[in-house]
Amino acid sequence: MSLFLAKRWCESPLLRRALQFKMCKRKIQQDNMTYTLWRHRWMKRLPVLCSSRMASSQTGKETIDLSKFPVERIRNFSIIAHIDHGKSTLADRLLEMTGAIVKTDKNKQVLDKLQVERERGITVKAQTASLLYTYKGEQYLLNLIDTPGHVDFSYEVSRSISACQGVLLIVDANQGVQAQTVANFYLAFEAQLAIIPVINKIDLKNADPERVESQIEKVFDIPREECIRISAKLGTNVETVLQEVVNRIPAPVANINDPFKALVFDSTFDHYRGVVALIAVFGGKVKKGDRIVSAYLGKSYEVNELGLLRPDEHPTQKLFAGQVGYIIAGMKDVKEAQIGDTLFHQEQPVEALPGFKPAKAMVFAGMYPMDQSEYPALRSAIDRLTLNDSSVTVQRDSSMALGAGWRLGFLGLLHMEVFNQRLEQEYNASVIVTAPTVPYKAVLSSPKLIKEHGREEITIVNPAHFPDRSVVSRYLEPMVMGTILAPDDYTGRIMALCLNRRAVQKNMLYIDDQRVMMKYLFPLNEIVVDFYDLLKSMSSGYASFDYENAGYQTADLIKMDILLNGKSVEELTTIVHRDRAYTNGKAMCERLKDSIPRQMFEIAVQAAIGSKVIARETIKAYKKNVLAKCYGGDITRKMKLLKKQVEGKKKMRLIGSVQVPKDAFINVLKRKDK
Amino acid sequence: MIRHTARVAARALSRGLRGVSDSSSEERIENVFEPFSKQQASLYLHWPYCLRRCSYCNFNKYIPRENNDNIMTECLQRETETLLHLSQVSCITSVFFGGGTPSLAQPSTIAAVLETVSRQANLSNKAEVTLEVNPTPMGKSKLEDFCCAGVNRFSIGVQSLQDEHLKLLGRDHSYRQALQTIEEARRLCPGRVSVDVMFGRPGQSVQAWESELSELLKVCDDHVSLYQLTLERGTQLFTQVQRGELALPAEEVVAEMYQRARTTLHQHGFLQYEVSNFARHNAVSHHNMSYWKGRQYIGVGPGAHGRFVLPAEGGSVREARTQTLEPDVWIREVQQRGHGTRRRIPLSHLQLLEEVLVMGMRMTAGINHKHWEMFSPRLTLNQVFGTSTEVQELLQRGQLLLDDRGLRCSWDGLALLDSMLPALLLQLERQISLVDKGDHPSPNHASEVYVS
Repeated sequence: MSLFLAKRWCESPLLRRALQFKMCKRKIQQDNMTYTLWRHRWMKRLPVLCSSRMASSQTGKETIDLSKFPVERIRNFSIIAHIDHGKSTLADRLLEMTGAIVKTDKNKQVLDKLQVERERGITVKAQTASLLYTYKGEQYLLNLIDTPGHVDFSYEVSRSISACQGVLLIVDANQGVQAQTVANFYLAFEAQLAIIPVINKIDLKNADPERVESQIEKVFDIPREECIRISAKLGTNVETVLQEVVNRIPAPVANINDPFKALVFDSTFDHYRGVVALIAVFGGKVKKGDRIVSAYLGKSYEVNELGLLRPDEHPTQKLFAGQVGYIIAGMKDVKEAQIGDTLFHQEQPVEALPGFKPAKAMVFAGMYPMDQSEYPALRSAIDRLTLNDSSVTVQRDSSMALGAGWRLGFLGLLHMEVFNQRLEQEYNASVIVTAPTVPYKAVLSSPKLIKEHGREEITIVNPAHFPDRSVVSRYLEPMVMGTILAPDDYTGRIMALCLNRRAVQKNMLYIDDQRVMMKYLFPLNEIVVDFYDLLKSMSSGYASFDYENAGYQTADLIKMDILLNGKSVEELTTIVHRDRAYTNGKAMCERLKDSIPRQMFEIAVQAAIGSKVIARETIKAYKKNVLAKCYGGDITRKMKLLKKQVEGKKKMRLIGSVQVPKDAFINVLKRKDK
Repeated sequence: MIRHTARVAARALSRGLRGVSDSSSEERIENVFEPFSKQQASLYLHWPYCLRRCSYCNFNKYIPRENNDNIMTECLQRETETLLHLSQVSCITSVFFGGGTPSLAQPSTIAAVLETVSRQANLSNKAEVTLEVNPTPMGKSKLEDFCCAGVNRFSIGVQSLQDEHLKLLGRDHSYRQALQTIEEARRLCPGRVSVDVMFGRPGQSVQAWESELSELLKVCDDHVSLYQLTLERGTQLFTQVQRGELALPAEEVVAEMYQRARTTLHQHGFLQYEVSNFARHNAVSHHNMSYWKGRQYIGVGPGAHGRFVLPAEGGSVREARTQTLEPDVWIREVQQRGHGTRRRIPLSHLQLLEEVLVMGMRMTAGINHKHWEMFSPRLTLNQVFGTSTEVQELLQRGQLLLDDRGLRCSWDGLALLDSMLPALLLQLERQISLVDKGDHPSPNHASEVYVS
C-alpha cells in the first residue's frame, strides 16, 4: 500500500523507477500476429490516434489499389524486444525504407505518439503501419504491428497472437538476452509464429553478437545462422530484415472470395468522428458504404471511411482479405467497438471469430484529488483517459481520510504508472494514489453467502469486504511467473530476495558462462510494491525482470487492522499473507509513528489480527510544549505559527482522540521512496 | 454604533471599579491599571546594540560601528513623541527598556526618553520603569545613574551560574560579575530586581540545574525568569547542534528541569504567575503582565512591536505595528517622518481575541470572565469553549480548567500550553464565524466593539 503523489512523479526517484520499469516491460507484449489458418493471428492491437504525426507521410495523397495485393503478398508481423533493445528505432528505419515516412534525422520512434511513450521509451498504445515493399519485382504489403511494450498492455495474450504470422525478436548485441526477450519469445513460440532473431546495435563498441547468438541458440533453440545482425541506428542490414520478413513469415490465411469477416483488434475514440476501429480482414472485402454488423452487439453500421495506416490514416476504397486497416462506421462509444468483436456484412452473417477475453485488472489503487474541490476536474480527466483505455476499471470509492475518489483497476503496475503520468501530464491533474493492491478471492463455504453472491468464489478488492474465515473454505491469491536474468555474481542475493517474497523457484539455467536465467512463481502481491526496485539496486542494475500472470493459488490470508489507541483506522486495513503480517504490520506502525505528531497523551500504534496485537509502536506524549518567551515582540510570530497549526488541524482526521494529519495516511499508504 | 461603543466602554469601566473589591492576588495586580481603557498604554523601547553576539540569540541586535548615542537618543525621543501623539494615550503605565543590550545606553538617554514621555503623557512616579542589564562590571557601574535617570526596576540577564556555560553561550560576563551586579541592583531597587536564567543548556543535567537553582535562590531578589533555551535558526548554537558539536538535553530531561524548578521556587515562596516568570511578595513585572492581559502597548525603536489604537488618525481598531528593523534605516525614517513604522496591520475582532487568548493563557491565573468580556462582550468564555468536545477532553484530562473564575491551564497543563492552543483557537474561530453569520444565539454583531 502505498500511494504516492502523482505530483511528485516528476521527481527523480520515481522517474527513475519508471524508467526501470520500462526495462522490465515484458513479455507479453507482443502482440502480434500470426495467424494461420483459422486461428487468426492477426494483429493485435494497434491503435492509432489519428491526427498529427511528426513525420510526414510521403504517400499521403497517392491512391493505393489494395486489390492488387492478394493474400500471398501480404505479411503481418510485429517487432518484439526487451526494453531499449531498439524496437522503435528499427520500426523507424523500416518505415523510412519503404517510403511510409520521409527519411530524416527526426524520425525518432515515430510510432510512439504519446508523450509518456517517448519519455519513458515504452509503447503504451500499439500502432500499426502498412509498408509497401518491392522484392524480386513483386510489391508486397507488409503490415507492421507495433506492440505495446509491457505485459500490462497486452491485455490478453490471445489478442496479441491473433494479429501476426511472424515476429522480429530484437536482441541488443551488447546486453544479450534479457528477461523480456525470453518472455516475448515464448509468447510468439506458443502462438506458433515465425520468429526471426535480429541482433541489433552491432555498431556498439562492446557488441558481442557471437555471444548473443549462442545465447539465442541455447535458450531458444534457434540455430545461430538464422540470426540477422543489424544496426538499426545506422541502417546496416535492415534491408535484409525486410527480405527475410517476406521469405520467412507466412502469408495470412484468408480468402477474398469468402464473405466479409473482420476482427476488431483495437479501437480509439476521436471526438469528431467517433470510434476508429482497427480491423484485420479474415475474409472477403469491405468498402465504403457497406452495412456491417457487430457480432457482439448485433448492431449495424454504415462504413463511412476505411483505409490503411501508413502509419497515418490513409483512406482507401476497400479493404481485402488478409489486410489490416481502420474503419469508421458511426460508432459513438468505444464500447461499441468491443476488442475481439467480429464484423460482417449485414446480408452475409458469419460465425464469429473466437474473440478475446476482456482484460482483467490485476492491480488496484485508490485515486483521490489532492483537494476535494478538484474532484470534478479529476473526474473528467479520468473519464477522458479511460475513453481511450477501456482496460482501466473505474469504481467510485471514498475514504474518510482522503475524501471522495475512485478505485481504479489496472492490468499491471506499469499500466498504473503510465495512467497516472498521463493524468498528470496530459490533464494536469494532481492526485493522491494509494499503493497498489491485488484482487484476492475467497471460496465461500456458507450456503447463505453463496446464495447471496450467486456464486461460490468471490473476488475481494476492498479489504473492507474481506469475508471472515468462518464463512470461507479457502482464500486465493493471484500468482505470477517471474523471469529474472542476471549475471551469476548476483544469484545468491536474488535467490534470497525471492525467497523472502514467498517465491518458489521453478527453473534455473545458465544462458552462457556468466548469465543466469531464473524462473520463480511469485504471489503478485509480493512484487507490486518495491520488488523491482530492490532487484535492480541489489544487482547494480544488471538484473532484468518480467512476469506473466499465472492464475490463483490457495493462500493463508488474513485481515490486518491498524489501531490508534485501540481504535481501528479503517483506511489502513489490509489483507496480508499470514507469514507477512508481522513484517507488514511493523512497517506500517513505524511509518505511522513517524508521521503522526506527538500529542498530549501517549499513542499506541498497533497492528492487529482480530483481537491479537502483532506489532506496536508508541508515540510518546509531549512532556513540555510551551514557548519560553512570549512578550510584546514575540506575539506576531507566535500567532502566525499557531494559525498554521490551526489550519493543519482542520485537515486532520480524528481517530478516537488522536489527530492524524492527512500526510500520515499518505506516508503510510505510499510506496517507499528509495 | 457610537452609542453602542460608549455603552460597552461604560460597562467595562464599571466592571473595573467593581474589581477593586476583589481580593485575589491577580485581581490586585490588575487593579493597579484600572481604569482600563484606550487612554493608557505601556511603552517598550528597543535598544538594538550589543557588544557581541550571544550564540543562542536571534533577536534584533547589532554590533555598533561607531558611537551614535546622540542620534539614537534623539530618534528614540522623536519616535516616542510621534507614537504617543498618534495613540493619544494620556497615561503610560509602565516603561521597559529592552534590547539588544540597553544597559549599554547612556543613563542620559534613558533620562531623556523618560522626560519626553512625561512631557506628553502622565507617567506616574510609581510607574514601573524596567531596564534590562547585562551583568558586566560596566553595566554594574552604571546602575546608580540609571536609577537617577528614572529606572526603578532591573532585569538582569544572568543566564547561567556556571562560567563555562556562560562562555559557551557567548556571554561577556562571569558568574562573579553577575553576583556583584545583582547585589548592586538590589541595593538600588530593593524588591524590584529580576534575574533571568536559562535551562536546558547543552550538557546540563537535572542535578546540575537543581544545584544552580538553589544557588540562585540564595542571591536573587523577588523576581525570577526561567527560560528554556530555545534553538533558533540562524544562530551559532543552531549550527553547532546541527553539526553535532553540541547536544541539547532531551525533551524529557528539559521537562523535568522545568517541573523541578517550578516546585523548588514554589517551596521558596515564589509564585509562578506566567509560563517562565516567578515572583514573591507580589513583585511581578507589571509591564509584562500588561502584554499577557492584552492591553495596549507602544513599541519604540528599531524592530519594536506595538499594539494600539490610533484615534489621532480616526482609527477605532487596534493595530499591530512593527518598526523598521535596521537601526540605520530606522534612524533615517524617524528623522524624515517622525517614526519608523514599517508595518501596520489592523487587527480584526477575531485576531484581537486570538491574541488575548494566546497571551492570557500563559498566565497561571489564565483569563477570567471579566477580562474576557472586556474584549468579547457578546460571547462568554463558556459560550466559546463550552461546546467543544476537544476542549471537554482537555478539561477531563485536567490539563485545562473552565470554571467560575475563568479559563486557565492546570499546573500540568501549563507545560503543554502550545499543544492546547490550536484546539482553543480553532474553537474560537468557529464560534466567531457563527456569530458573524448570525447563526449564534447572540444576535448582535459585536465586531466593531474593541475595548482596547
